Amino acid sequence: MNTLIAITGLGIFCLLFEILNFRKGIVPFTILGLLGVLALNYYEFGSTASYYNNMIAVSKFSTAFSSLFIILTIFLVALSHNFYENHQTKISDYVAIKVFLLAGGVAMVSFGNLAMFFLGIEILSIALYVLAASDRLNIKSNEAGMKYFLMGSFASGIILFGICLIYGAMGTFDITEIHDSALSAELPIWFPIGMILMVIGMFFKIAAVPFHFWAPDVYEGSPALTTALMSTLAKVIAIATLYKLASGLNLIPSLENQDLSYTFINVVITISIASMTVGNIMALRQVNVKRMLAFSGISHAGFMLMTFLSISISAGVLLYYTAAYALAGIAAFSVILYVCKNQDNEDVTNFHGLGKTNPLLAAILTGSLLSMAGIPIFSGFFAKLFLFDQAIQAGYVILVIVAVINSIISVGYYFKLILAMYSKEPNEERTGKPFLIYAVAVISIGLNIALGLFPSLVLDLLK
Amino acid sequence: MNVSLILIILLVGAFITYFVGDKLASKVALFFSLAALGCSVVLLNHFNAGENISFMNAWINQPKISFALNADGLAIAMLLLTTALTPIIIFSSFGNDYKNAKAFYALILFMAFAMTGTFLAADGLLYYIFWELALIPIYFIALIWGNGDADERRKAVVKFFIYTLAGSLFMLTAFIYLYQKAGSFLIEDLYKVNLSAFEQLWVFLAFFLAYAIKIPIIPFHTWQANVYQKAPTVGTMLLSGIMLKMGLYSVIRWQLPLAPLAAKEYMNIFIVLGIAGVIYGSIVALRQKDLKKLLAYSSLAHVGLIAAGSYTLTLDGLRGSVLQMIAHGFVVVGLFFAAEIIFRRYETRQIDELGGIRTQSPKFTSMFLILVLASVALPSTFNFVGEFTVLYSLSQVNIWFAVLGGTTIILGAYYMLKMFQNVMLGETNSKTFADVSVNEGISMAVIIGVLLFFGFYPKPITDLITPSLETILNVINKN
Repeated sequence: MNTLIAITGLGIFCLLFEILNFRKGIVPFTILGLLGVLALNYYEFGSTASYYNNMIAVSKFSTAFSSLFIILTIFLVALSHNFYENHQTKISDYVAIKVFLLAGGVAMVSFGNLAMFFLGIEILSIALYVLAASDRLNIKSNEAGMKYFLMGSFASGIILFGICLIYGAMGTFDITEIHDSALSAELPIWFPIGMILMVIGMFFKIAAVPFHFWAPDVYEGSPALTTALMSTLAKVIAIATLYKLASGLNLIPSLENQDLSYTFINVVITISIASMTVGNIMALRQVNVKRMLAFSGISHAGFMLMTFLSISISAGVLLYYTAAYALAGIAAFSVILYVCKNQDNEDVTNFHGLGKTNPLLAAILTGSLLSMAGIPIFSGFFAKLFLFDQAIQAGYVILVIVAVINSIISVGYYFKLILAMYSKEPNEERTGKPFLIYAVAVISIGLNIALGLFPSLVLDLLK
Repeated sequence: MNVSLILIILLVGAFITYFVGDKLASKVALFFSLAALGCSVVLLNHFNAGENISFMNAWINQPKISFALNADGLAIAMLLLTTALTPIIIFSSFGNDYKNAKAFYALILFMAFAMTGTFLAADGLLYYIFWELALIPIYFIALIWGNGDADERRKAVVKFFIYTLAGSLFMLTAFIYLYQKAGSFLIEDLYKVNLSAFEQLWVFLAFFLAYAIKIPIIPFHTWQANVYQKAPTVGTMLLSGIMLKMGLYSVIRWQLPLAPLAAKEYMNIFIVLGIAGVIYGSIVALRQKDLKKLLAYSSLAHVGLIAAGSYTLTLDGLRGSVLQMIAHGFVVVGLFFAAEIIFRRYETRQIDELGGIRTQSPKFTSMFLILVLASVALPSTFNFVGEFTVLYSLSQVNIWFAVLGGTTIILGAYYMLKMFQNVMLGETNSKTFADVSVNEGISMAVIIGVLLFFGFYPKPITDLITPSLETILNVINKN
């Protein structure tokens, strides 16, 4: 709760900076502020409390994921400095929106009431719509913002409809009360319908097949930094929220309602396989790196959905997977931001010969792609290992084999980029070594490797 | 003092090599690889004195993964193979001038690190991590420093990477499955798992896919010849000399003891696949025009025989395979080095463009001849010891296996000597052939020395590996 208040306060401060005409200091100030929030959040870890009639329920789950979100936001804010160089007049708006987006995200993982959950989603989504369209004079960015807004508000509407049906069935918005009555009483038909609608809305937010159609276009059209945000922070927030929703509403382990949980598991398996396969196969054909990462993100959503099969014990694995994925994503995008600055597209050709012109950044991008592909010693490998381990434990060997085959396919497109960097001739020289981009890239890939060497640090947080 | 020291030396060496810069890189890398060799010889002495040089440390609690390195005789033999070949390989590259040498030599040391780890690991997951780690450096070595057309090379290398990764991911699935049964990734716990025959078959096949691609066994060999040809010679040496031994070693260490029922039930199929590799490799080698490709196919034939020997599940078969692994490691490095020596002078590997070198360089000719004869397993060379033991074990299973496997010697002699004739003999070549330099001579002499010494006196190695092979056989035969 304190975290949430502090983040919102920080966002308002960022807006004040604009009035005070203190733009130069905004990025360092926000980073420091977020570090402070991170420390605050760290002290909240381990305590459970609920505030305002259980509107906000702080738990280990919420604080752990909030920390991840805050760390990712720090990286994204640090990247803003360089990215908005030519838009100095608006930088405080962009930074403030990111901070507010974080507030929405934190609200989404610490809700205790469906009203708060919806509020969080809307804060997050509206911030994302604005950021997607933030390159005002670029027609592609406009298109992305518009598309995202239309599709996103439609999904929000579906979620809201689902919440209403659940209220109709249960007579309450409170998670614990819904959880309890879902166990005991005979359920009215509205409850499962409402649940399905909510889950569909969330599948849209995490871009799982068949609700993924917005993702490639929006990722491609949005400014690169916004794409970075969507594919790391926003995706992680959405999947964590869905996890909390599914476990909090007792969707799977409801023994009383075996039909319901059986159906839900089948839905999850189908969507997981579909997301992995479609995401990977479509990614093979992309030449635009942002589009490729959009499809790769879709396939990773499929992998993450596998944690839902043993939902009572897999929070730690989900945290680990999301952390590994997002850190690799941040590292990859910081290199993309560097390479594609002043380019009008993000095609693979821009990366030709990066291994010769800038070996460090090429190595970092290679590392992050290897992590996403699941090659050891990077944490992406361990994430997949723990995921597969848990899925086999729960008895889904076939699903794991499908996932393994998908991992092999994914190597195809990740390596396309690596090949472009190392085996093609460079086509232009890039000058300048923006400190913050280098720092973010090095730190995030460093954290990724550290997670790989000491997985227990994160994995044991949510025991 | 324990075996983790060697891993540390190689890993630290890789980093230092990268940071000392291009000029010193090769020498620093040589220094660290020699240090690792020295260290492993010292460890061998400790081991022979009865000391425990294994290493074990907890790593991840849940799932339970430990950093466990087990040094039994078999692992030490493979360790020595790796640490002995690495300095030879590095030293053999001294005549070449590589761009970005610091990265090149750092990758070589890193690969040696990963391969050493693979041989030593006694925890399934740790083993898997090293196994995969070894793939990344060779990928870049072949991709960046390889020769030939860039597009073709890219295709070959990517195919190689995806093939091997695909195989090993199925191995990972098998490991996770075994972990569910055993509750630990430690090899001794995995050995204790009782699987039904049906489960064993799937586990066996999952492992087989990984190893058959790496070794390679027919029909998973299609990546091999192209990669061997396109990779720089150093990469080819690493691949054929050490890396494919990872697959053969893993068959003995992991695949057979973990799924013994399946291994016994389907023994004949896998022996036949191995022998098919022998015959196929030999026949295809006959028709090769490129020297490196010819050696690649001859390598395919030899490892097919080694694999067949392992699948016999007899002590002789296992022992013969390990001996032949070591012998083949040395001889194949020597042969590829000979090809490189020729290439340095004539800029070609096409056999029909060569010839008439003998009159210009008798020293090189005799060295090359010894290697060729060793490769066709002439008595008194190390390869003879290995190949003969393997053939003997095959004859115990079925005499026809030995007869067909024996064609490796006949066909091998035919294509190797024909190659030697075309490359070295004949009328004096119009282009001058400078005699071998001191550096080249040293590498060659060391390799030849090893092959001849153990050819006459293989007992030290046999004594080293036999006890651990017996232990493994006990695990295989326990049920």
